[in-house]
Amino acid sequence: MSKQDENKEYVKLPFFGIPKLLPFMKPYRVKILTMMAMGVVTSGMDIVWPLFTQYAINHFIADTTLKGLPVFILLYVLCLGIQVLMSYISCSYAGQIEMYIGRDLKRESFNHLQNLSFSYFNQNSVGYILARVMSDTGRIGGMVSWDLMDSVWNLSYLIGVIISMLLLNWKLALIVLIIVPFTTVVSVYFQKHLVVLNRKIREINSQISGNFNEGITGAKTTKTLVVEEKMEQDFNATSKEMKVTSVQAARYRSMFGSLISFASYLALALVLWRGGILTLDGLMLIGTLSVFMSYALGMMEPIQWIVRAISSLIQVQVNVERLTRLLSTVPDVKDTPEVIEKYGDSFEPKKENWEPLHGDIEFKDVSFKYPDGDEYVLEHFNLKVPQGTNVAIVGETGAGKSTLVNLVCRFFEPTEGQVLIDGRDARERSQLWLHSNIGYVLQTPHLFSGTVKENLLYGKPDATMEQIEDAVRKVSADGVIARMDKGYDSQVGEGGDLLSTGEKQLLSFARAILADPRIFVLDEATSSIDTVTEKLIQDAIESLMKGRTSFVIAHRLSTIRQADVILVVKDGKIIESGTHRELLAKRGYYYDLYTQQYQEENIQSAYQAL
Amino acid sequence: MSNKQKNQAVQYKRLSMVSYFLHGSVHFFVLSILSSFIVTLSEMFMPQVVRFMVDNVLGADPSQEVNTVGKVMLSWGGLDYLKARIWLFAVVLVVIALVAAVFRYTVNLMNNKGAQTLMERMRNVLFAHIQKLPFAWHMQNKTGDIIQRCTSDVDRICVFISEQLVSLVRIVILVIMSLTFMYSMNIKLAIFATFSLPVVVLYSMYFHNKIGSRFGECDVQEGVLSAIAQENLTGVRVVRAFGREKFEKDRFEAQNEKYAGLWVRLMNLMALFWSSGDFISGLQVMLVLVFGTVLCVRGEISTGTFIAFISYNSMLTWPVRALGRVISEMSKAGISIDRIIYIMNSPIEQDKPGAAEADMHGDIEYSHVSFGYEENIPVVEDVSFKIKAGTTFGILGGTGSGKSTLMLLLDRLYGLKPDQGEITVGGVNIEDIKAEWLRRNIGIVLQEPFLFSRTIAENIGITQHNMPIEKVRRAAKIAAVDDSITQFAKGYDTIVGERGVTLSGGQKQRTAIARMLTQEAPIMIFDDSLSAVDAETDAAIRHALKENLSGATVILISHRVTTLMGADQILVLDKGRVAELGTHEELLNIENGIYHKIYDMQMKMPEEEEVKQNE
Repeated sequence: MSKQDENKEYVKLPFFGIPKLLPFMKPYRVKILTMMAMGVVTSGMDIVWPLFTQYAINHFIADTTLKGLPVFILLYVLCLGIQVLMSYISCSYAGQIEMYIGRDLKRESFNHLQNLSFSYFNQNSVGYILARVMSDTGRIGGMVSWDLMDSVWNLSYLIGVIISMLLLNWKLALIVLIIVPFTTVVSVYFQKHLVVLNRKIREINSQISGNFNEGITGAKTTKTLVVEEKMEQDFNATSKEMKVTSVQAARYRSMFGSLISFASYLALALVLWRGGILTLDGLMLIGTLSVFMSYALGMMEPIQWIVRAISSLIQVQVNVERLTRLLSTVPDVKDTPEVIEKYGDSFEPKKENWEPLHGDIEFKDVSFKYPDGDEYVLEHFNLKVPQGTNVAIVGETGAGKSTLVNLVCRFFEPTEGQVLIDGRDARERSQLWLHSNIGYVLQTPHLFSGTVKENLLYGKPDATMEQIEDAVRKVSADGVIARMDKGYDSQVGEGGDLLSTGEKQLLSFARAILADPRIFVLDEATSSIDTVTEKLIQDAIESLMKGRTSFVIAHRLSTIRQADVILVVKDGKIIESGTHRELLAKRGYYYDLYTQQYQEENIQSAYQAL
Repeated sequence: MSNKQKNQAVQYKRLSMVSYFLHGSVHFFVLSILSSFIVTLSEMFMPQVVRFMVDNVLGADPSQEVNTVGKVMLSWGGLDYLKARIWLFAVVLVVIALVAAVFRYTVNLMNNKGAQTLMERMRNVLFAHIQKLPFAWHMQNKTGDIIQRCTSDVDRICVFISEQLVSLVRIVILVIMSLTFMYSMNIKLAIFATFSLPVVVLYSMYFHNKIGSRFGECDVQEGVLSAIAQENLTGVRVVRAFGREKFEKDRFEAQNEKYAGLWVRLMNLMALFWSSGDFISGLQVMLVLVFGTVLCVRGEISTGTFIAFISYNSMLTWPVRALGRVISEMSKAGISIDRIIYIMNSPIEQDKPGAAEADMHGDIEYSHVSFGYEENIPVVEDVSFKIKAGTTFGILGGTGSGKSTLMLLLDRLYGLKPDQGEITVGGVNIEDIKAEWLRRNIGIVLQEPFLFSRTIAENIGITQHNMPIEKVRRAAKIAAVDDSITQFAKGYDTIVGERGVTLSGGQKQRTAIARMLTQEAPIMIFDDSLSAVDAETDAAIRHALKENLSGATVILISHRVTTLMGADQILVLDKGRVAELGTHEELLNIENGIYHKIYDMQMKMPEEEEVKQNE
C-alpha cells in the first residue's frame, strides 16, 4: 500500500488541503493576517511610485517650477520608509510562520510516531516516514508562508494597477488590459508542461544517482565480467535522456520567459500608440502617459508569479495528504482511558500507581493474525510461563519467530484470547508500565549517537556509576570500554557505527541488565563474530537470564540446549515444543534443523580446532 | 614554494579541469553571452523611442535635439508624417521587442544547453573514469562520498558556470551599456545614477557572505535533527522496550526548537537584506527623480530624457544586487572542482606496454606469491602450485585463509609487485596479458554475487550485446535457476537488484553462476558459490557443470570437504600458506594431516556426541 503512495506525485484535495492545516495555522493567525495585510501595503506602494514621476512631470516640469519640491521629497521618503518597514515585517513574519508551522508539524508527527504501533513501522519504511517528518513539514511550512505571500503580493499589485489605470484613464486602461488574458493563458499552459517535465527530471536524476551507486558498489563484478563498456554505454544513455529532457524543459522555460517579457512590451506599445494619440490631442498629460508605461511594463510578471504560486499549491497537496494521513493513523495498540487515568500515558507516566511486576506470563486461548495478514499465525494457543522460566523460540529465518515476543511485549495484541501478566490481562495496565519492566536485546543491536555512558543509561537514566560499572562487568564488557580512548565518554557514532557488531552487542546487554528488567527478551545474533567475543556474549546471556522470565529467539540451536521449553516455529506456526532432549527424541523438524546446523558448525569449527 | 605560487598552482589546476569539461559546451555559453548582448542593446533602445516621441513628437518644443532613433524615424517622412501615424511608434517598439524576445529565448536556451551538455560530459567522464579505476581504489574510498562528488559537486560546478559566471558577464554588459547611454545623455544626472552602484555591490556581498555562513549552520542543524528522527525510527523497538518515549520526545523537541530558531534568525537576516536593499535602491530612484526634475526645470535636460533616465535607472536595480550574490558565491565552486579533481587525478588501471592477448588454455602456475592488502600484514605467503589445463582444482581453507585473495590475484583485481612472486598462464606472466583479455577468459563467481538493477535476462546476458534468450536460458538451466525464474510473474523480465525484486541468497548465487557460464571462459572459478544452496541442488549443479564444462580449467573454492572431494587436485590452505596438496585419496592418507582431520570432523554426525553427552 505505502509503496504505491511513495510513487504517487499528485492528489487533489478540497481547497488545496488547507482546511486540514487550519489547526496548525491557528496559533499564528495574527502573524499570518499581519503578513498578508503588510504585503498588500507593500504592493500598494509599488503602485504609488510611478505616480511620483507623474507628478514631477505634470507639475514641476510642465510648470517649470520647483515649488513644493521639499514636500515632494519628504513624502517620497515617508512612503519609502513605510514600504521598507512593511516589507521587512512581512518577510520576517513569513520566515517565522514558515519555520514555526514547520516546527509544530515536525513535533506533532514525531510525537505521534512515538505512540504508533509496530504494524505501522512494519508497513512503512524508515525512509518513507523520515521524508514525512523532515521534508513534507518543510514544504507545507513554505506553502502557508511564502506561496501565500507571493499570491497576496502579486494579486494585490495586479488589482491595484488595474484600478489605478482605470481611474487615470479608463479607455486607455481597457486597451492595455487586452493583454492580461493572453498572458494568463500562456502562463497556465507553460506552467503545466513544466510541472510534468520537472517531475520527469527528478525521476531521471534519482536514476543517475542509482547508477553511480551501482557503478561503484558493483565495481568488482563489473571488472570480473569485463562489462565496463556496457555499463558506460548504459550510463551514457541515461545521462543523454537527462540532457534531452532538461533541454526540453529549458526550451519551455525560455519560451515562457520571452513571451512574458514580450507581452510587457506589447502592452507598452499599445500605451504608446493609443496614449500617444490622446496626449497629442491634449486629452492626456505626458506624466500620465509615463505612469501607464510603467504599469504596462510591470503588470505581466505578477501574472506569471501568481500562476507559479498556484502550481506550487497544487504540488504541495500530496505532501499535505501524506502528512495528515500519518497524523490521523490510529495506533493498533492503545491504552484505554481508564488505564491512562490510573497509570499515565507514555509522556506523563504516573509511576506512583505502578505495581511491581513479578514475571508470570500466560497465553490463554490466544489466536492472532497480523493486522496486514489474512492468516491466523496462532490459534487457541495456551502456554504458562512461570516466573524465572527460560523459553527458547527456534526456526528458520522468516519463519515468524518474533510473534510470541511481540505479544509478550504488547507490541501487538491478541486478535482473540488474552495474554496474562501476573494473572491479569496485559491490557489492564499501561504499555509503558510493561515496557519499563522488559529488557530487550536485539539481533542487530541498536545504539544511539552519543557517548557510551549515555547509551548505557538509556534504560535507567538515574543509575549510579557503580551500578553502571557493575552491569558492564557482569556482561564482561569492561574490556571493550577499557580499549576506548575516552572510556565511558567515548562517542559511539551514528547508530553505534564506530563500534564493531560484537562490541555493540555487549553494550546493549549491559544496557539491558542495568535496567534490571523482570522479563528478558533476546533476539539472538546471527552474524558470526570472533570466537572470543562469542564466548563473552554467551556468558553474558547466561548471567542476564538468571532469575528472570526470559524469551530467547535463537538461530544457533547450540546455545539454547538448556532452555526450560523450546518452541519450534515453521511458516509462522508453532509446530513442536518441549525440551531439547524431548525434541531430539521425536526426530521431527527440530531434529532436522539441529543436525543440519550441527554439521555446518562442525565444518566451521574444524578449522578453529586446528 | 610560496603561498602565492601554491595558490596559483591550485587555480591553474582548477582552470584546466574546468576547461577540459567545457569542451563541447563552451560555444553554447559564448552564443548565450552574444545573444544577451543583443537583448540588452535592444532594451536600451526602447527608452530612446519613448524619449524621441515625448520630446519631439508630443512635446511642444521643436528645438529639442533629436536622438538617433528619432533621426531614423524622421527620415521616413518628417514630423507631421509621424504625428499622423503614432502607431508607427508602437510598431517600432514591437519590432525591437520581437528581436529582444527571440534573442532572450536564445540566451536562456543556449545557456541551458551549455549547462546540460557540460553536465552530461562531466557525468559521463566521471562514470567512465570510475569504471576504469583499479579495484583497490574502490576499496579505499567510501561509496557515499564518491556519489556525492559525482552528483552534488557536479551540480554546483554547472550552476556556477551556467548561472553565476554567465550572469556575471551579462550583468557587466548591462551595467556598461546603460551607463554608456546615461552618460551620453547627461553626465551630471548619470553621476547621480552611478554612485550608489559600488555601495550596493559591496553591501550585497557582505550580506551574502553572512547569509552563507548562517545557511551552513542551518544545514548542520538539519542533519542533527534528521539523525535523531532516523535513529528514533530505526531503533523504535529499543525506544519502546525501554519505555523512553518521553526522553525521545524531549530530545527531538529541543533540537527542533533550535533548528527553527536558527532558520528564523537566517530569515530575519534575509528580510533585513531585502528591505534595506529596497531602501537603498528607493533612495537611488529618488535621487534621479529629484535631480532629474531640477535639471529639467532648469532646462538642462528634456522631459523625454528624464523619462529615459528613470527607465535606465530601474533596469540597473536588480542586476546590481544580484552581482553581490554572484561574487560571494563564486568561492564555493572552487572546492567542488577540487573534489572532482581528486577523482580525475586518481590513476586508472593500465596494461603494461606490449601486453598481449595470450592463449588462456594453458596451465596456471603460482610461484612464490606473497600478498597483503595492508603493508606488513600478509594474507598469502610464498604460495606456489600448478593447475593443469582442463582439470578441476579444489582449494580448501577456513575463513581468512586467503582462498579468495588468490583468485583476485589471478584476475588481476590486485596487481603483484615484482618482489611478490608471479602468476603465469600457459607460461605467460599475467602482468604481461591485457587486463580485459585476462578477465574475459576467466569467469569468476564471487562469494557475495552482485546483480545489477535490471532484468534477470539482462543480468545473465550482460557479457554479450543482445544475447539470445535461448543462450540465457541454457545457462540458467545448467545453474538450476531456470525453474525459480520462470515462477516469477514476469519470468526473465523480472527486475532485480536495488530497485527490483529481492532474490534469496541461493537464487542470487545461481543467477551469478548462469551469468558466468555465458562468458564461456576457458578458466572458471567458483568462489564458495554454492554456500546458500541446499545439498541436493548443490550436487545437481555440480553434475550439470561437469557435463557442460569439458575442456575448461575449473577452480573450486570451499570450506566443505564434500564440495571438493571430486576435484583432480586439492590444495589445503592454512593461514595463507600451502599446507597440503594432492588428490582426495592422497590427502586422506596423510596421518594427522589437516585435510584428514577436517574430513573426519565434517563427516561426523551429531548423534555420536549427543550419545556421549547422555552417557
